[in-house]
Amino acid sequence: MAFFLETLLGGLMSGMLYSLVALGFVLIYKASGVFNFAQGAMVLFAALSMARFSEWIPQWLGMDNLFIANVLAFAVSVAIMFVVAWLIERLVLRHLVNQEGATLLMATLGIAYFLDGVGQTIFGSDIYKIDVGMPKDPVMMLESVFEGGILINKEDFIAALISALLVVALTIFFQKTSTGRALRAVADDHQAAQSIGIPLGRIWVIVWCVAGITALVAGIIWGSKLGAQFSLSTVALRALPVVILGGLTSVPGAILGGLIIGVGEKLSEVFLGPYVGGGIEIWFAYMLALVFLLFRPQGLFGEKIIDRV
Amino acid sequence: MFYRENGQFKTSYQADQQLFSIPQDRWAILAIIAFAFFGVPLLVDEYLFRAILIPFLILSLAALGVNILVGYCGQITLGAGASMAVGAYAAYNFLIRISGMPALGAILLGGLVAAAAGIVFGAPSLRVRGLYLAVATLAAQFFWDWAFLRIKWFTNNASSGSVSVADINLMGWTISSPVDKYYFCLGVLVVFSLMAKNLVRGNMGRQWMAIRDMDVAATVIGIRPMYAKLTAFAVSSFYLGVAGALWGMINLGSWEPAAFSIDRSFSLLFMVIIGGMGAISGSFFGAAFIVILPIFLNQMLPLLGGLLGLEVSIALVSHVEIMVFGALIIFFLIVEPHGIARLWATGREKMRLWPFPH
Amino acid sequence: MSGRKFGEVILDLKNISLSFGGVKALQDISFDVLEHEVRAIIGPNGAGKSSMLNVINGVYRPQQGEIILRGEHFANMNSYMAAKAGLARTFQNIALFKGMSVLDNIMTGRNLKMKANMLQQAFWFGPAQREELEHRLKVEEIIDFLEIQHIRKTPVGRLPYGLQKRVDLARALAMEPQILLLDEPMAGMNVEEKQDMCRFILDVNDQFGTTVVLIEHDMGVVMDISDRVVVLDYGKKIGDGTPDEVRANPDVISAYLGASH
Repeated sequence: MAFFLETLLGGLMSGMLYSLVALGFVLIYKASGVFNFAQGAMVLFAALSMARFSEWIPQWLGMDNLFIANVLAFAVSVAIMFVVAWLIERLVLRHLVNQEGATLLMATLGIAYFLDGVGQTIFGSDIYKIDVGMPKDPVMMLESVFEGGILINKEDFIAALISALLVVALTIFFQKTSTGRALRAVADDHQAAQSIGIPLGRIWVIVWCVAGITALVAGIIWGSKLGAQFSLSTVALRALPVVILGGLTSVPGAILGGLIIGVGEKLSEVFLGPYVGGGIEIWFAYMLALVFLLFRPQGLFGEKIIDRV
Repeated sequence: MFYRENGQFKTSYQADQQLFSIPQDRWAILAIIAFAFFGVPLLVDEYLFRAILIPFLILSLAALGVNILVGYCGQITLGAGASMAVGAYAAYNFLIRISGMPALGAILLGGLVAAAAGIVFGAPSLRVRGLYLAVATLAAQFFWDWAFLRIKWFTNNASSGSVSVADINLMGWTISSPVDKYYFCLGVLVVFSLMAKNLVRGNMGRQWMAIRDMDVAATVIGIRPMYAKLTAFAVSSFYLGVAGALWGMINLGSWEPAAFSIDRSFSLLFMVIIGGMGAISGSFFGAAFIVILPIFLNQMLPLLGGLLGLEVSIALVSHVEIMVFGALIIFFLIVEPHGIARLWATGREKMRLWPFPH
Repeated sequence: MSGRKFGEVILDLKNISLSFGGVKALQDISFDVLEHEVRAIIGPNGAGKSSMLNVINGVYRPQQGEIILRGEHFANMNSYMAAKAGLARTFQNIALFKGMSVLDNIMTGRNLKMKANMLQQAFWFGPAQREELEHRLKVEEIIDFLEIQHIRKTPVGRLPYGLQKRVDLARALAMEPQILLLDEPMAGMNVEEKQDMCRFILDVNDQFGTTVVLIEHDMGVVMDISDRVVVLDYGKKIGDGTPDEVRANPDVISAYLGASH
């Protein structure tokens, strides 16, 4: 029982991170109909930028304060992600307005490749450390309830907490601010929003900036755990089923989908994996999403599309 | 000689329906095929066969498969590499498990198994489309990646899915030298290209394109989406499966699942985008481009770096390579969504009128 | 329009109701269509005309009601069954296959009649080649009939609107339908194009004996070419009869012209 709970909690915490990446997908999809395959490349790019600048800045300034270095590196990375967002809107999306979803998807594949290439050219392609002072030691919890308690990784716990906070903050941003309202208007109907004077281009830049920030946070969390390295870009591939499960247009869907996939992955790996040779995490989530799709093509909370003739 | 078609009148619909109805095109294609069979082996050395020509032929075949599905039927796939893997491992199993199995038979059967797998994983296309379908095909990719790595039976208990085959024997002809391999792949490619061309110009191809262009209208004139989409998945996967079998058994000789990873799927999709969606010739352009570009960059970048006094590492070349691919994809999607094939066709149109502008 | 011979009831619609969520698009609508007649469905915007057509050829499934086609009952019509049963249609917002030539677009209309299997097609031998030629001949007849010989090989995307509508009609005719459903065949056309289209519709009706069911906004045209007219308003049937009868119907007048009369 304790072991089951431990797995469950582990799943929930990694699920929270999936939710964060999935949220990036959903925001961009809602605002511009783009299924952003480059989200993973953005995570990698942001993580590399964070890792390298926190290493370079102390060298340049000749100081030795980890905290200040991290803060400065974070600021620089945010600025870089904004520039990336702006360039993507300017150079790519603007020219592909009103194209089909599949075309846009392929364009983001192109962006992903480009970002991967640029990122590794500028920042290098080794494994770099991100040290933001995340505690690495595990703690015991609920020792009074179970024999021996359950083991929780503090780092995972903090990561989940940060993700949850960011998700809440973004939700508030989109529900309460005027930019958020404009964004929801754009999500509903591009043309109508444009006709009442909402600047489409600016909204898109904002959404990509926000997606850039979620990518940065996800990149830092994952990077401090696994190191900033190329494999981070596959993290987004792991988060894709989340979006499918939750529905492409739904923020709550992304959060819930993330948790479901996180838990499903861990439980399946631990309880099913040994029987089939292990390593099933990566496709299990996809199969789960696929089976789900067959019964509910629009996802948990997605909007149903009616074809008009 | 001018490229003209005025003065050529067709007196029957049969003549109009020929494969290449303009005589110049017909002769050009025949000349290219003849050159490929008789001219190339005289001119080319072993390195070119290995590094460029054989990969080009096999990837062209694979790109044809992707093009049928993506370009003609409008169903996006990110799992093309998986179909190649299924073809390769299935052919391998037929070859080693059934004694006396002819190599060609194993390759074609591998294609058929890939087609069956393609139908299974294409089934979601009946319920979902576009982006959701892309994710469904990714499921196939990850599943097969895993299956060939972990399920020992598929790989005859080889560790980590790495298998190898001896030289292939085709009715007494042992295919071992690069020239042999080249001939074999070329033969397969010519036959498969003609088949693809015939399929897309006939009833089957029209059904695929109808589904691609306007699926509601297609159902109203009696096209069944299920039939059209699943045949596209089947034919596409068959081509990919055969290409996978060739890639494994002819080009590589020994391989592991990583040879057909998701990167392969992406690069096949890129070939079709760059080469030209919905054009048979686009598959060849795209494959040529993807095969040649890395070699070109490998040669050019160090030279260029040398001129500027910079040292160009192998890692840098590979990063620049993916950067260039990414940029080109975006470029083609924005500027010429129909790829090099359309540029070529436009050029031909111009040639018809040359030297007069109109 | 006198002197024309109508046959039996070919299509009978009984108590059709269709709703999307809470919106009732069609409420308990019944009418019939006689063989060889030109039957029009008219009504103001949002009256449910297109929905009606979509129900007839199985694009939408009505919640209630039944479709009787030549005595055969269809509780659950779908597009494929409708096409097999001899129904063809055109679309209000032209739904041609943009990436294909005019010829190929029309050839797709023959798909149900082509039987060669995939292997025969792949090698282009035997039945595949023979069929392609036979159907090409038939398609060329239609191309002649609609006077679009000069654009045969043009990609449909490049054609002007009026010609696209004609190709849309050609594709439907290629199915050699018994009943032809036309969704606003003259919308957005100039007077000359409208005249051409009227002529084609009447010729199809005359020469091939095809039954025509059409939706049209242009009242003049409707009254001129149709034999009987159904009037819908807010998803309900408010009139049914010959053009003259419908014109005199007070409900129809108020629906169309407002209550001021």
